[in-house]
Amino acid sequence: MIANTPNNLRPLTERPILETPFYESYKHLIQNDRYQEWAGYTTLESFACEGQEYFAVRNTCGVYDLCPMIKYDIGGPDAERYMNRLVTRDVRKVGPGRVAYSLWCDDNGHVIEDGTVFRFSANQFRLCCAERQIDWLMDSAIGYDVAIGDVTEDIAGLAVQGPISCTILKKMGFAGVETLKPFQLQHFSLDGCELMVSRTGFTGDLGYELWIGAEHAADLWQALFAAGEPHGIRMIGSTALDMLRIEAGLMQVGDEFMSCLQTVRLGRDRTPFELGLDWLVDLEKGHFNGRRALLEARRKGLKRKLVGLDIDWNKQADGALIYSSEDARRQIGEVTSALWSPTLKQNIALAFIDAPWFEGEQEMWAEIYLHRECQWERKMFRCRITRKPFYSPERRTLTPPNDM
Amino acid sequence: MAQRYQNIVIGGGHNGLTCAAELARAGQSVLVLEAAEDIGGAARTREFAPGAKVSACAHLLHAMPADLARELDLAGHGLGYAAQDMRTVSLSESGETIVLHGGTVQGKDVSEGDAAAYARFNVDMQRFAKALRPVFEDLAPELSIETWRQRMTLLGLGLRVRRLGRFHMRELLRIIGMNLYDLLDEYFESTQLKGAIAMDALLGGEWGARSMGSVLTYLYRVAGYQRNGGIGVALPKGGMGAVSAALAGAATAAGAEIRTGARVKQILVENDRAAGVELDSGERLDADHVISNADPKQTFLKLVSVDHLDTGFVRQVRNLRSSGKAAKLHLLLDGAPRFRGVDESELGARMLVAPGMDEIELAFNPSKYREYPAEPVLEIAVPSASDSSLAPQGQHVVSAVVQYVPYDDSPAEDANRAAFLETVLDQLERYAPGIRGQVLEAELLTPRDIEREFGITGGHWHHVELVFESFLFNRPIPALAQHQAPIAGLYLCGAGCHPGGNVMGIAGRNAAQQVLRGGH
Repeated sequence: MIANTPNNLRPLTERPILETPFYESYKHLIQNDRYQEWAGYTTLESFACEGQEYFAVRNTCGVYDLCPMIKYDIGGPDAERYMNRLVTRDVRKVGPGRVAYSLWCDDNGHVIEDGTVFRFSANQFRLCCAERQIDWLMDSAIGYDVAIGDVTEDIAGLAVQGPISCTILKKMGFAGVETLKPFQLQHFSLDGCELMVSRTGFTGDLGYELWIGAEHAADLWQALFAAGEPHGIRMIGSTALDMLRIEAGLMQVGDEFMSCLQTVRLGRDRTPFELGLDWLVDLEKGHFNGRRALLEARRKGLKRKLVGLDIDWNKQADGALIYSSEDARRQIGEVTSALWSPTLKQNIALAFIDAPWFEGEQEMWAEIYLHRECQWERKMFRCRITRKPFYSPERRTLTPPNDM
Repeated sequence: MAQRYQNIVIGGGHNGLTCAAELARAGQSVLVLEAAEDIGGAARTREFAPGAKVSACAHLLHAMPADLARELDLAGHGLGYAAQDMRTVSLSESGETIVLHGGTVQGKDVSEGDAAAYARFNVDMQRFAKALRPVFEDLAPELSIETWRQRMTLLGLGLRVRRLGRFHMRELLRIIGMNLYDLLDEYFESTQLKGAIAMDALLGGEWGARSMGSVLTYLYRVAGYQRNGGIGVALPKGGMGAVSAALAGAATAAGAEIRTGARVKQILVENDRAAGVELDSGERLDADHVISNADPKQTFLKLVSVDHLDTGFVRQVRNLRSSGKAAKLHLLLDGAPRFRGVDESELGARMLVAPGMDEIELAFNPSKYREYPAEPVLEIAVPSASDSSLAPQGQHVVSAVVQYVPYDDSPAEDANRAAFLETVLDQLERYAPGIRGQVLEAELLTPRDIEREFGITGGHWHHVELVFESFLFNRPIPALAQHQAPIAGLYLCGAGCHPGGNVMGIAGRNAAQQVLRGGH
């Protein structure tokens, strides 16, 4: 009985930390002991060296195990109406074979989560996200003729990212994969079993995500690494991925914002506007969850906004508070994610900055605590708002990608 | 081009008619659409056997504000009373009745202590009900302090409670969340007296004397007596339908149109605004405001496309407690019933079968588990004793609210209803020997039947349970507490709104005020 129950529904005492379907394939590559639980699975913070893993994605090809990603299949006669009411974008404009990055909000216009909407056909969608949402999705289904299935354990996924990713996929025999435009998906055959490739990712680089039935995961991994070996393909962990996504200016639930279904304190919820994601919100498409509250929020104006910061010096500004002046008299924001960017050689951060400072060009000051030889030092560094994404190479969108 | 009205009211129940009358009196065009062939909703008189008429759902009037009746000139539109200020008689199997009337209690078994306590109890409850009356009649205060009006309503409520003085304020705050069982135990010894008082708080609901907040619903009832202009518990002449007829008369006299047999299929929403309705017939009617007298579940889960509503809102509406627990018994008898201890000349009273609070709880218990009680508690009227037009010469009709009947949509529903009718008749026979032999016609409407006949989800005659958590700014849910739906131009005016159920018309009147105030 237990065997057929999704892991998250099993009693706590009978809930093991799962290994992903790829674990057996790549476990020989694990050289350190950096494990991290994600949605019931054991995942790797790094396999060997996060710096090398990071550079694999920027220079050759890095592979990230996406299996714990939560995946819901949503289908039925009302699927389009259902999805369009659920998410902030106009799903009607997302054709079959396309993927759309989107948000979904509660009644108050606060963000529940972000994720990708895959459209397979007129009435068949898949929603991918980092956290479980089944209760919200089921309650959203009241009044709609849709079926919602959690296929997280059935579908195995790998993110194959980097300048050589397309070359490797072509070498695997996926003819025509180079014609995939960003946010497009296509089905291929891998030794007779169906494989879905989407040109999506979380790295801001050229890259693809490969999706296959969990039982074929090992075959996919072997074929991918056989083809990629000569090109320096490498498994990467979540630390490298986090560096990559910060450079790409991409926000992450749990870092930039808390799901409004989980916040406890007043004022910790975020609207899409505060996250700077106005372009994901189609207020003209008709009603969707939170639309009326978002109209009101737009009318009232922003209290804070997520921006990119460029900070002097090279000390990573994790958790730094931002002040309007060096004497730190007035706090005007805080850093949510920070990185010394290895590619840009620049000290960058994602930060919430209060109105009106998020609009200005004036200098701000980041308060950074440095731990040097067992002693804390407090330093103030000049910083300024800069454009996001911090790093966006041409190859990210170039179609077809250059052959390497 | 579809015909256009300023207001369309969905449902010609008494609140819908009140709302229509108020809007028409303010000079607005109003169309009332009633799905049934007759207006009135649950305030309707209907013939259940040749020559035998009863109030088909609600049967006693006790909470309608006197100023509303005056304002709409309901007397001028034909509303009269066959009986007013009816005495309450608690029946007993032994014939030792207790009579409650005008703040006094009489009965052979009522001790002097209980009689004095009853007087004290009445004064206390009158005082608290008076302090809370605006709460039971005005628009729900808003839990928001953004505007001065919002601040004043909250402040006003606080002041009224404070003005009770320190001692009484503390007492009100002590008892307001209490259950009636414990409170009545503080005052009285007599089991039968306590049962009779408790019934006032419990009729129609899915709660017993021991349920949390039953003191609040008792005060709610007392506030009704305070506002009704001294009619006490009254029998409208010609049955409850006469109230609806008078309201309809007032509405049409002010210029409202009423269409019966016009079932609304859906509320049309265009550009995030209620645009009108579509009827079952396919006919489309346009309006600036659509005001629904249907219960919240029906309005938002059936009449409005879910495309226009947020998930959290839909979840809250779906979770509303709306499972009726009151059934209605109608009998045609070949002569006057003979209740033990009640003279034929006293048949115009309101009679209770509620031997004690424990008996009430015991009748309540099975219904929690979707079973029928073995000894139901009853509120009985013999309307024909006061109004001879309701029954053929020499015959009588009995109308009784039968408490704690589950909402039964099982395949055995018909068999269960038939078996339960026998149970109810057995119970009556204990208090009125021979009544079984007098029955010419009998009809039992379970909550499921009430849902079918009156279109109320769950057959709950208050639409939404009248409990503390569904009261004031929470009735039916916070987003609807000001009668306005999240969709501009769409309003609720039924018993599911604050201040709730019974035949009062206050929700309808308040909704009309909100429509006239605009806002959206």
